[in-house]
Amino acid sequence: MQPEIAGKQDRRFEHVGVVREAAEEIRRPSLTYLQDSWRRFRQSKAAVAGVVILLLFVLLAFLGPLLAPSDYDATDLGQSNQGMSWQHWFGTDELGRDLWARVWIGGRVSILIGILAAVLQASIGILVGSIAGLVGGRVDALIMRVVEFLMAFPYLVWVTLLMMVTGSGILPMVLALTLTGWLSMARLVRGQILSLKNEDYVLAADSLGADRRRVITKHMIPNMMGVIIINMTFAIPGAIFSEAFLSFIGIGIKSPQTSWGLLVSMGTKSVYTYPMRLLIPCICISLTMLSLQLIGDGLRDALDPKLRH
Amino acid sequence: MKLLKYAVRRVLMALLMVFLLVTASFFLVKLIPGSPFTSEKMQAGNKEAIYAYYGLDRPVYEQYFTYLGNLLRGDLGISYKIRAVSVNQIIADAFPYSLDLGLRAIGFALTFGLLLGIVAAYRRGKAMDTLTMVIAIIGTSIPSFIVGFLIQYLFAVRLKWFPVAQYRGFAYTVLPTFSLGLGMLATIAKYTRTSMLEVISADYVKTANAKGLSKRRIVFVHQLRNALMPIVTLLGPMVASVITGTFVVENVFAIPGLGRHYVTSVQNLDYTLIVGLTIFFAAFLVVMNLLVDFVYLLIDPRIKLEG
Repeated sequence: MQPEIAGKQDRRFEHVGVVREAAEEIRRPSLTYLQDSWRRFRQSKAAVAGVVILLLFVLLAFLGPLLAPSDYDATDLGQSNQGMSWQHWFGTDELGRDLWARVWIGGRVSILIGILAAVLQASIGILVGSIAGLVGGRVDALIMRVVEFLMAFPYLVWVTLLMMVTGSGILPMVLALTLTGWLSMARLVRGQILSLKNEDYVLAADSLGADRRRVITKHMIPNMMGVIIINMTFAIPGAIFSEAFLSFIGIGIKSPQTSWGLLVSMGTKSVYTYPMRLLIPCICISLTMLSLQLIGDGLRDALDPKLRH
Repeated sequence: MKLLKYAVRRVLMALLMVFLLVTASFFLVKLIPGSPFTSEKMQAGNKEAIYAYYGLDRPVYEQYFTYLGNLLRGDLGISYKIRAVSVNQIIADAFPYSLDLGLRAIGFALTFGLLLGIVAAYRRGKAMDTLTMVIAIIGTSIPSFIVGFLIQYLFAVRLKWFPVAQYRGFAYTVLPTFSLGLGMLATIAKYTRTSMLEVISADYVKTANAKGLSKRRIVFVHQLRNALMPIVTLLGPMVASVITGTFVVENVFAIPGLGRHYVTSVQNLDYTLIVGLTIFFAAFLVVMNLLVDFVYLLIDPRIKLEG
């Protein structure tokens, strides 16, 4: 069609014709789902900032203790309660332990608990949720009643009761957090499976004779991966918070072991005289949780196939 | 009639839940290693006398049924650590503080959360919107006790604008209310913004505009009413988060409420107090959830009861 205005040809434009082949030409390389997600993830400044902050903290947790003048649990009463100095970068505590070493060893413990708990919670949640979703019927009803019952009460109360039975330490805490934290993932996976069951492509695969296993591995799992990863990203700061809470009320990690939650708890005892002892672990916990939150938000936007362009 | 049947079923379910929780927490506490009396110096025979006094010498199942029987009469037993004081008395003394703090926190969070969420939605992409999102992210990622310590140090210890601790008047309540409410405020603002955005572009708003209704009528009758409906469902989880929030915030600000008692009871292995408070929290939460469900049923005409 030539551009016309009120029946007359517009002299300002010139018709150059249409080359059909050129319209069909693929100019840019096509992107896979993951490439596209990665491209969109990078565009979010907040998410990239989150990754940078998180990497910084992980790096410090790994390398920080190596730069310390002494081990995290080595006491030296001659050097107790020191402020920041060239020798002890974060000072020392009341037993003369180097706080730079304790903060980063504590970071290892907190981050480790966060990741371990998130992975284990997700595994149990995925397992239980897919059983409920795929088997259905009475099994589903029973599982969902149990989930509802456990969800009806604050999970920190459950974790506290469990931690009192299992005793303090890293592994008991991971165990308690796992036993109480799988509920939301189970609900999520069950819901996903129920809605995916009704998708047209699953119906198509079924009618083309694909067996159950193929439907699950080729259609259901790839389509659920996004929400599962996002849920796990948000579970890590949740577990880090629970660690801090439990250590704070005195049933989580116990000295001479250390964690960010325990450091906060110790810091509160000397907040008037040595406020840095409280501020440093508080900043560590907050920034780590903030970075994971930002990454989670970025992933949610990047992994949503409906937002793909 | 349908409503009555639904109500009866829901109440029965709630009672069953509380019963299951009583059983679960009773036996979990029995599994805890150690005893609340191990730390005390005792002469021979005293331990037996104390165990007999608290009924701990009898078999566990008998203790369980005694406990259930007492519970039916509303008696939660006596504390093992705070001498000669019943759990009921502790709850009666401490609950008003927690209730007051919790209500203030919820009020604070609702007022400013809704306000921020609504303004952010109407000014989408503008400075207020960005500010709301920043508050939402910070509020959800910084734990309440860290907020508590930070503002306590800044505003009470350094600047001396507010008292450091305790709970004896309005000035005392400001910092605890803020630390307990900030997380909720963030969640509410986020939800409100999302649901307002959905409503702003909804078909019935276009219709209302086309009919020539006044701006005020559209905002208050058509938009807010529909957008705020989902916020009611947040009230249940909010009560839960207030309960766990008081565990730490009351400790930070030395408020003699239930949360503080819960933490000390855990540290002291005060079994009757732990179980008693757990049951109290659970019952409170179950009742609140029931209320929220009924309120939702009444205000949302779209919900139809099945069966």
